[in-house]
Order: sequence, then structure tokens, then C-alpha cells
Amino acid sequence: MEFKITENDKHKVQSKIKSILLDVFKWIIIIGISYIVLGPIITIISNSFTSIEDAYNPLVYLIPITPTLEHIKKAYTKMNYLKTLFSTVSFVFLLMIIQAFICSLVGYGFARFRFPGRNILFGCVILTIVVPIYTIMVPLYTQFRYFDLFGIIKLVTGKEGISILNTKIPITLMTLMGMGLRSGLYIYIFRQFFRGLPKEIEEAAFIDGAGSFYTYFRIMLPNAIPSIVTVLLFSLVWQYNDTFYASLFMPNSNLLALKLTTMAGSLSTVDRIYDPLHVDLIMNAAVLLAITPIIIVYVFLQRYFMEGIERSGIVG
Amino acid sequence: MVLGFTFISPWLIGFICFFAINLLHAVYYSLCNVIVNPAGGYRLEFAGISNYIYALTKHGEFNRILTTSITDMLIDVPLIVFFSLLMAMILNQKFKGRTVVRAIFFLPVILLSSAISDALQAAMNMIIGGVSSVPPEMREASGFSARYLLRVFMELGFPTILLDYIEGAVNRIYDIVKASSVQILIFLAALQAIPGALYEVAKIEGATTYESFWKITFPMVSPLILTNVIYTIIDSFTVSDVVNTIYTTAFTSMNFGLSSAMSILSSASVCIILITVGYLISKKTFYQN
Repeated sequence: MEFKITENDKHKVQSKIKSILLDVFKWIIIIGISYIVLGPIITIISNSFTSIEDAYNPLVYLIPITPTLEHIKKAYTKMNYLKTLFSTVSFVFLLMIIQAFICSLVGYGFARFRFPGRNILFGCVILTIVVPIYTIMVPLYTQFRYFDLFGIIKLVTGKEGISILNTKIPITLMTLMGMGLRSGLYIYIFRQFFRGLPKEIEEAAFIDGAGSFYTYFRIMLPNAIPSIVTVLLFSLVWQYNDTFYASLFMPNSNLLALKLTTMAGSLSTVDRIYDPLHVDLIMNAAVLLAITPIIIVYVFLQRYFMEGIERSGIVG
Repeated sequence: MVLGFTFISPWLIGFICFFAINLLHAVYYSLCNVIVNPAGGYRLEFAGISNYIYALTKHGEFNRILTTSITDMLIDVPLIVFFSLLMAMILNQKFKGRTVVRAIFFLPVILLSSAISDALQAAMNMIIGGVSSVPPEMREASGFSARYLLRVFMELGFPTILLDYIEGAVNRIYDIVKASSVQILIFLAALQAIPGALYEVAKIEGATTYESFWKITFPMVSPLILTNVIYTIIDSFTVSDVVNTIYTTAFTSMNFGLSSAMSILSSASVCIILITVGYLISKKTFYQN
């Protein structure tokens, strides 16, 4: 009995080898990239528990011999963690809801109504995405530094207007007016999404005698859940991490991201910790404390993140 | 008609009050010397284009930072877009643990904060450690290194520019991965929107994988290449040294006029780049409809 290797078999073996090689290549890339993403996080976790002696011990790598909670405690008290977290989360939640609501309203307006100058105005939305916010940073700052709505204050008191910096008003006001952090992007997402919905839904509602706002609230919004979820989550995450708006308008406020930026300096000047390695370890602990809540949210909601992006209008 | 305006009115008011007015103000400031009174208030002295001239010719760092930021961006954008397309194609296949892998790939988006990323960067340097943390005299002796590999390729006659580019990319792999998360998702969504029938037809006609990539996948995702390129450009500029310089000029040196001039210069260059790139790409883009 002899084996005959036919052309067909050869072909099969070849394609088998090819697919195995491709698989190996694929997994090398996946594991490599995952390492690059997770590596720093693992290091941060390990650093947060590494005592200062272990940090100087060249034999210790990632797993500390004498683990300590000291850095976590230090960072915890230094940031006034629970209180800061609470004020951050409540502020961010407020902004998130305002932002999703306003942007969906505006996006719907652009998607469904014809009015003169619609395309030009939508071009302006794109402009707000494209022109970096730092271009108007200085005038914005002075606008809120000498805040004066339509010159009323000057008319009444003769002063230059009042400073509303270091309050939550500037950011809230801008978000309320659709000019918050990345609002333009969200308007774009909603507009694309609403354009993709069939018109018949609304027409049916109109025929039944529903007003525009009623239709919007009762029919369009429930249909827009995927993009609402996307926007809510993005807004939550980006507001939570934002330092630019926060340090511009409310530098002394009680926000986690801000506390992180100022902490390294204050550790050496106030607490007199001069060893840079020690400061580094405490900073790692602080970062760990700051990212834990958002990572927990992410772990539970990551499925919606992905699905939301895939279904909502970014792809257009 | 009126209804349409009612719906967009919050944005419209915001756009006029906060954006349009301030954009004009920024242009005006950049043409003035802004003198801040310690007691409160400020006054403007018209100064023509002196701020621009100062920023471009006399300021110690600005033009260097601007050019490096722009070149860095031009180098990174193709890398990021190519990388995210590759990753999206890998993630689009069905395999075990795909959800977990996708979750990991998207993780950088939620950690996109300057404060956090600084700390992460420091941590990254610690784990990359390896070559860079070894003292130089030992590095030569440690046998295998990326440099060694590069020298081999160089002796084989590969062009130096290409090798430098690859070396740069490898060194900045963390930044590139970090900057590609949203792009990967956008491409992923685009890939899933391609009807599977197209590939089946191609297979029956005897097209190889390579051919079906260039004839099907690439044209079908090409509109989103434009989206991704624009997103990448904007994103890379919002966290560059240029912004830091502008920020410190405004709030540390209190030179509002100069800072406005700088920001207008840099955003003008971003806009010019966006328009050029958008024009070039959209000429090549394939639209199904």
C-alpha cells in the first residue's frame, strides 16, 4: 500500500499551515498589544503596594516582598478621597446628563428640520470640533473673569462684571449651551443617528396629533438609546478625566483629576518627601485610587460602549 | 422652520456667545497688547501683527515646538490609521476571548487624562526598562538588541529613512496604541457593515485574501479612513507641547496677546493640514452611493 499525495492534499496541507501561521501571528500581536495596554496598569498596582525598601531592592520585580498599604493611605488622606470622589462624581453626572440631553435635542433639530442656513450652521458645529478649544481659551477666561450678561451688571453697578471663576457655573453654563467638552462630537453623533431612523415613525405620531416636542421625547428619544448610551459613557469618562476645562475655570475645585495634577508638587513642598522614588510610589497609589472607580464602571458597561459605538452614528 | 430653530437654539446661543464671539476676541487679542490691571480689569493696546512676529521669530521655543508637533503628527497619523485598520481586521475575526481582547484594546480611551497618562508613562518607562535602564556600557554586551537588528537591515541595504521611521514607530508603540483605540472601534464598525456576500462572490471567483482586501475591504472602509485621519489629527494636537506653551504663556507669563497669536497660528496650521489632507483623501475615497 503506498500513499499517493494528490495535488488536492498538497493544497489542503498548504492552506492548513498557512492558517496556523496566521493564527500564531495574530495571537502574537494580540498578546503584545494587550501587554502594552495592561503593562502600565499592572506596574501601577504593584508600585502602589511596594514599600520603599523594596523599591530600592534590585531583586524585587512587580511582586513586593514586604507589601505595604502606606502609600495608599497617604494618597487617600492627601486627596481627601471619599469627599473628592463624591463631589467629582456628582458634578460629572450632572454634566453628563445635561450634555446628552442638549446634544440630542440639537442633533435632532439638525437631522429632521429644514430651515434656512441649516448646512452652514452644521458646518459651524464641525468648526467647533475642528478648532481646538485652546484657541478661544484666553477670551473665554476673561469672559468668565469679568462675567457680565448683556452688560446688565455694568449698567447697574458701573463695575466691570463679576468673576465666576472657581465656581461650577462656567462649565455648567457652557455644557448647557452645547459648548461643553466635545459637545460638537456628540451633536454630530446624534445627528447622524437620527438621520438614519425611518421618517415614518414621526409621521405616524404627527398624524395622530402629537406635537414636535412630544414626538421627540416619547418616540425619538427611546429609539435613540444606543447613541444616548454611547454619549453618556463618553461624556462620563471624558469629563471625569478632564483637566483642561477644570484647571482653566475652577483650578481650586475639588475634582479628582485636578488633585492628581497638583499632588506631586505638594508632596515635596508640604509633606517634605524629597525622595523622588517615594513621591513616585505615592503618585502611583493616587492614580490607582483615581482610576479604580472609572475602571469598575467600565468593566460593567464595556459591552454597551462597544455596541453603542458600532450602532450609533459615528460611522454614518 | 421655527421649530428647527427651537431645537437647535441652545447650541446656537452657546455658539454665538461662547464660540463665535470668543474666536473674534482671540483674533483681536492677538493683534493687541493685553495689559492686565492688578486691581482688576484689563486694557488693550493695538499692536498690529507684532505678536505674530514675536511668536515666530523672537520667542525662544515656539516655532521649534510648532514644527516638531506638526512633523510628529504627520509621522504618526499614517501609522495610527494603518495600525488601527490592522487591529480592527484582527478583532473582526471570530475567536475565543474576543470580547476580553476588545475590552483591553479600548481601555486607553477611558484612561485618557493628562494626569493619569503622565503617571502611566512613567510606569511604562519602568517596565520597558530593559534596554533603556541598563547602563550603556553593559548594553553593548547584552547581545541582542533592536539596534543590532537595525544595523543588520542597514547592511542589507534597506534605506535608512525607512529604518529610522520603523525604529521611531517601535519606540513610540505605547503612544500609538494609546492613540488608536477609538479609531479601531470605528474601523471595526465599518468592517462589520460590509456585506459578507461580497467576500463569498470574490472567493468563488478565485480571488486571494490579498486581492479581496484591496478590492473589497479597502474601498469599503475608505470613507472612514478620512474620518479617522481627521479624528487623529485633531486628537494629537489637543495634547501636544504647543498647547502647553500657549497655556503657560497665557497664565504664567500673563501675556494674553502673545498667547492668542500663538494659538491662532497653531490652529490655522491645523486647519490648513486638515483641509489639505481632507481634500487629498476624499479624492481617492470610494463612496458606495
